[in-house]
Amino acid sequence: MELFLQFCINGLMLGMMYALVAVGFTLFFGVLDVIVFSHGDTVMVGSFAGLSMYWWLNAVYPGLSPEWTVLWIFFAAVAAVVAMGTLAARFMIMPLRKAPPLNTLLATMMLGTVLREAIRLFFPDGSNPKPFPRLLPDWAWQNGNLILRFDNILLFSMGALVIILVYLLIARTRLGMAIRAVAQDEEAARLMGVNFTLIVMTTFAVGSAVAAFAGVMNGLYYNEINFSLGLLLGAIGFSAAVIGGLGNIYGAILGGFIFAFLQTLGAVVLPFASAYKDVFAFGSVITLMAIRPTGLIAEPSSQRV
Amino acid sequence: MGIATLFRVLIFCLSLAGLSVDSGIAAAKTTVKVGFIGPLTGGVSSNGLGGRNSAELAVMERNEDPSSRYAYEFVALDDECKSNIGVQAATKMAADRKVIAAVTHYCSAVALSTVDIYHRFGLPVVVWGAVQPDITYGNDYPEIMRICGTMINQNEEAAKFMRSLGYKKFAIIHDTTDYGKSHKDYFTKYLVENGGEILDVFGVTSDQQDFTAELTKIKSLNPEVIYFGGLTPLGVRVRSQMEKLGIRAQFEGVSGIKSDAFIEGLGKELAEGCLSFIEGTPTEKLPGGRKFLKAYQSRNFAQGPEAYGPFAYTAMVQILDAIEKVGPDRKKVTATLNATKDAPTLVGDVTYDSHGQNIVPVISKYVVQDGVWALWEDSEYASGKRKLVNSKQ
Repeated sequence: MELFLQFCINGLMLGMMYALVAVGFTLFFGVLDVIVFSHGDTVMVGSFAGLSMYWWLNAVYPGLSPEWTVLWIFFAAVAAVVAMGTLAARFMIMPLRKAPPLNTLLATMMLGTVLREAIRLFFPDGSNPKPFPRLLPDWAWQNGNLILRFDNILLFSMGALVIILVYLLIARTRLGMAIRAVAQDEEAARLMGVNFTLIVMTTFAVGSAVAAFAGVMNGLYYNEINFSLGLLLGAIGFSAAVIGGLGNIYGAILGGFIFAFLQTLGAVVLPFASAYKDVFAFGSVITLMAIRPTGLIAEPSSQRV
Repeated sequence: MGIATLFRVLIFCLSLAGLSVDSGIAAAKTTVKVGFIGPLTGGVSSNGLGGRNSAELAVMERNEDPSSRYAYEFVALDDECKSNIGVQAATKMAADRKVIAAVTHYCSAVALSTVDIYHRFGLPVVVWGAVQPDITYGNDYPEIMRICGTMINQNEEAAKFMRSLGYKKFAIIHDTTDYGKSHKDYFTKYLVENGGEILDVFGVTSDQQDFTAELTKIKSLNPEVIYFGGLTPLGVRVRSQMEKLGIRAQFEGVSGIKSDAFIEGLGKELAEGCLSFIEGTPTEKLPGGRKFLKAYQSRNFAQGPEAYGPFAYTAMVQILDAIEKVGPDRKKVTATLNATKDAPTLVGDVTYDSHGQNIVPVISKYVVQDGVWALWEDSEYASGKRKLVNSKQ
């Protein structure tokens, strides 16, 4: 039983990380009908921006308390990644809006490679894994095989809070209404006086902020980051968004947790070695897609896919 | 073109030739290229850079020696510890006819995929850091030699040592490359022979981030030791996540984690008490080891020599000696290197067997103590002052 609970906790943490990445994919697709493949690498840039902030704080304000340090790290990561995301939206994705979707797909894929290589080449010693500071309190409650760590609970709740905030922003605010209007019908929204460019850029800012949060969360959870962590994370986040139903936030969350569940299952239950857990998880995604091509929670818009 | 023009061109050419003869007097030696390939970027680059610096040190020293017959040019290429990149680097190096011999590869998977290339081009290479047995024993290529030992001896020694400490129950995590898999195989073989027990084995991909599922399962099996067969980046993650899940087991690594990057990546506290096994005697205890370290430090390299630096250095010295002896000819250099027998070197006496494998019987045991890899015999763990996790002693 304890063991089962421990697997659940691990799976939930992993699922939250995937869900945060999937939310970004789904948001971009919902509004602009584009798949932004560089999203996984955006997460990675977020964690490196956070690490840079930590180094800077350490050099300039060596005595800063861990709480403030964590807040500043989050702030720096979000600021850097939001700036990057909106710029990419304005100067790369919007100009390509009239081009075939394949072009956007390719362009964002290239952008991902550029980001990855840039960190590898220009970040000091960027090709080596970097230790990410342990800033959260390490209180833990242990009972046999079960260990419940305070930092896990904190990260999980923060992740959940971020997703709820994004949901409220989209469902309850005027800005959200404008985003939904653009998602539904771009031209009608324009005619109603919605500033299209601004809305697209705002959507990208929101999606990138979530990615930055996921990046720092990744660092705080594993205490180690590297330039290539976005590669697999992006593929998983995208798969999660697709099995959930691209364009639907609930779907992204559901997809994220399903994927984490599949991976954990693959590592634990299957008799053959855990080396195949990704094969198993991605294979299951293919099966799910064959059964429900529009995702588990189908969005009217995804009928267009 | 008139005769006069031709004549002028001829004069011009002659004067150029004259110039080159003049400048040739200052550097009368022919230039010979020697190569180095290792992971200069990527997760294990600290080892690669240490190896490169050590090999370069050997070349620098030779070039400063007035009695050497040739001027040596050092060519270093990056294999990123990836087979596909390694194959490109090896082909580039081997295809350059001016390169007479090279010191190659830290990563076993890369070394395995490049041996055919060196053989095809006839380029003699000395492997400096890859320990998978088949690199030398899986072929009959005279061009391939290896100065460091194989993981067979390493794991035999490791298994016997762990049993002598009273450990019985082990769980294994290994990466699914040839390197990690072979470590698992040899360790399992020797552990079982010596009465140990393997509770479960987990193969993981070499870029995996999350090990909580595997480790949770291991935790429920309650092993005394977690044996990790893989390289530094993965080792850091496994050890770090062990702690997060509150697993009380001794962490036993292989030669692939014996790097300063392992301790840096984990921090002093978490790295404390981790074990590693590696071929050869520690540098500072070797004949001439102190001299090597001093010479290395005097060049102000940005990185330390790491565990395999002395091997890379020695391999390069042997290559340079062979070129001095028989001239810059790949075939002759291969034959000379192959014939090496009981040669006294920095890493002890070197003898290549029929497969070009140096027979190094010594395996050193290391434990992290206060943020450095300490030789087991000199550590406070051996003296009983500190204790390993689950220690029976």
